[in-house]
Amino acid sequence: MATISERLLGSPAGSFTDLELSRAYAHDGTGIQALLSFSQMQTKVRSPEKISIIYDHIAPANNSETANLQHELRDFSKETGMNFYEIGEGICHQVMSEGVCMPGEVVVGADSHTCTLGAFGAFATGVGATDMAAIWATGETWFRVPETTGITLEGRLKGRAEPKDVALTYVTRLGMDGATYRALEFIGDGAGSLEMDGRLTICNMAIEAGAKAGLFYSDDKTVSYLSEFGKTAERQETEDCTYAGELHLDLDDIVPVISAPHRVDNAAPVDKYEGTHLDQVFVGTCTNGRYEDLKRFADIVKGKKVAVRTVVVPASKRTLLKCIGTGVLSDIVDAGCSIGTPGCGPCLGAHMGVLGEGEVGLSTANRNFKNRMGVGAEYYLCSPSTAAASALKGEIADPEACR
Amino acid sequence: MKGTGHAVCVGSDVDTDMIIAGRYLRTKNKQLWAEHAFEDYDPSIAGRLDGSVIVAGTNFGCGSSREQAAAALKAAGVQAVVAKSFARIFFRNAINLGIPLFEVADFECSDGDEISFDLENAVVEAGGRRYESGRLSNRMNEIIAAGGLIEYLGRRK
Repeated sequence: MATISERLLGSPAGSFTDLELSRAYAHDGTGIQALLSFSQMQTKVRSPEKISIIYDHIAPANNSETANLQHELRDFSKETGMNFYEIGEGICHQVMSEGVCMPGEVVVGADSHTCTLGAFGAFATGVGATDMAAIWATGETWFRVPETTGITLEGRLKGRAEPKDVALTYVTRLGMDGATYRALEFIGDGAGSLEMDGRLTICNMAIEAGAKAGLFYSDDKTVSYLSEFGKTAERQETEDCTYAGELHLDLDDIVPVISAPHRVDNAAPVDKYEGTHLDQVFVGTCTNGRYEDLKRFADIVKGKKVAVRTVVVPASKRTLLKCIGTGVLSDIVDAGCSIGTPGCGPCLGAHMGVLGEGEVGLSTANRNFKNRMGVGAEYYLCSPSTAAASALKGEIADPEACR
Repeated sequence: MKGTGHAVCVGSDVDTDMIIAGRYLRTKNKQLWAEHAFEDYDPSIAGRLDGSVIVAGTNFGCGSSREQAAAALKAAGVQAVVAKSFARIFFRNAINLGIPLFEVADFECSDGDEISFDLENAVVEAGGRRYESGRLSNRMNEIIAAGGLIEYLGRRK
């Protein structure tokens, strides 16, 4: 019996296959580099209706050089008939998760966190700029069909433990290269218990263990989520299959965790770092910038004041609008947080909250690599609830203490 | 494709932010990336890259998909990369830019050692010892030999 990756790619693990893609996308960062490569190929865009360009990385532009580069790609994408998403629409993976990407698709994005979309039962993986340019030209690319590590999730999350804590925990158990060249498949009752926002968070971090993709099977929750966007999706039948590796996690045992600088795979219970002084808290990104994340954050800070400067960046315009509609945005702003344009925010260290030398930050992002969000700074990773509890105290704090 | 170079050794889990930091990405100037390559890892490395072979531990090039990481190495004059293992997006990007890659689990050498490599035969030599690398697919070898994916696709037209 086949893994979901083998079924979607149509070949057994270890084989090479050329496939026409369901869709492909790039952002202002990689898209500009892809355009450089594409212009050297002297050819036309094959299926522009399947290609999207989404401005999220440095959006709006931080200086004239960035603005000029962005202008070039904006014009190109419009002239060629690609789907163009202007600044403020949101993070590419989030935009694609809002009723665009469907179960069963094979999707490639020029960004490492494209694996996020595996939450829909799609095979979604990241590539670089020249691969993306070749996809613009041909509509297809090659894949080596990955072996799969099956991750069985049992039980239910309790208290303030969140999908992000599951993600940091499994990355730690596998290690930063524990799943290199492989796909992760999340199965079991616990997987079925997770809502789509949590599945997106968990698949998002597959790359942090080196994985090519992270996938859930499409089920009733997937179908229901997509129906809210007017889309009719198919459920995917699970099959018994043999995995190249296996990991079992009991969701009942998951607790709020922190990954300390400068590795993602060293998650430990929050109390290990409790009391660590913070200069900034950041909530957002393709990992934890969704409505449900901001709602969890707001539920804790509502009616109180943050004790440290706090930057909150919704993952998309839709997320922002929902936060406005439900009052979550007011709760966050009233608590003293600053709000950024929907997009990647400071995650890649370009703007909107980069730290200075010697500063310490707490972030709901996916990477705490040395110098990434500020030269000489340190970043700890956590869930939105842990970020909220910590923002209120100005130091790392356990969200379980918040009631 | 055969070549030689002096070893520039780095450790394991060197991510693409380390190879080229996010603050240098928004430009078309490849020479800028070459000048700042490995800046956040070890600023002394950039000046030693011309004519070099990068020797890395496991998971080289993990993290961000930024192709500028591979482009920085190429612009700086890196001849090949030998690693215990590669992160897959960097692996694809390097091939697409025509950089020979060798995956050797037990490779041993020191900074400055002379390294020779043979792509077709998947062999690397250093310190009088010969190492067999995992073989790339025929297509990967053809892409590297062509000088990169752009050149490879151009020849197929």
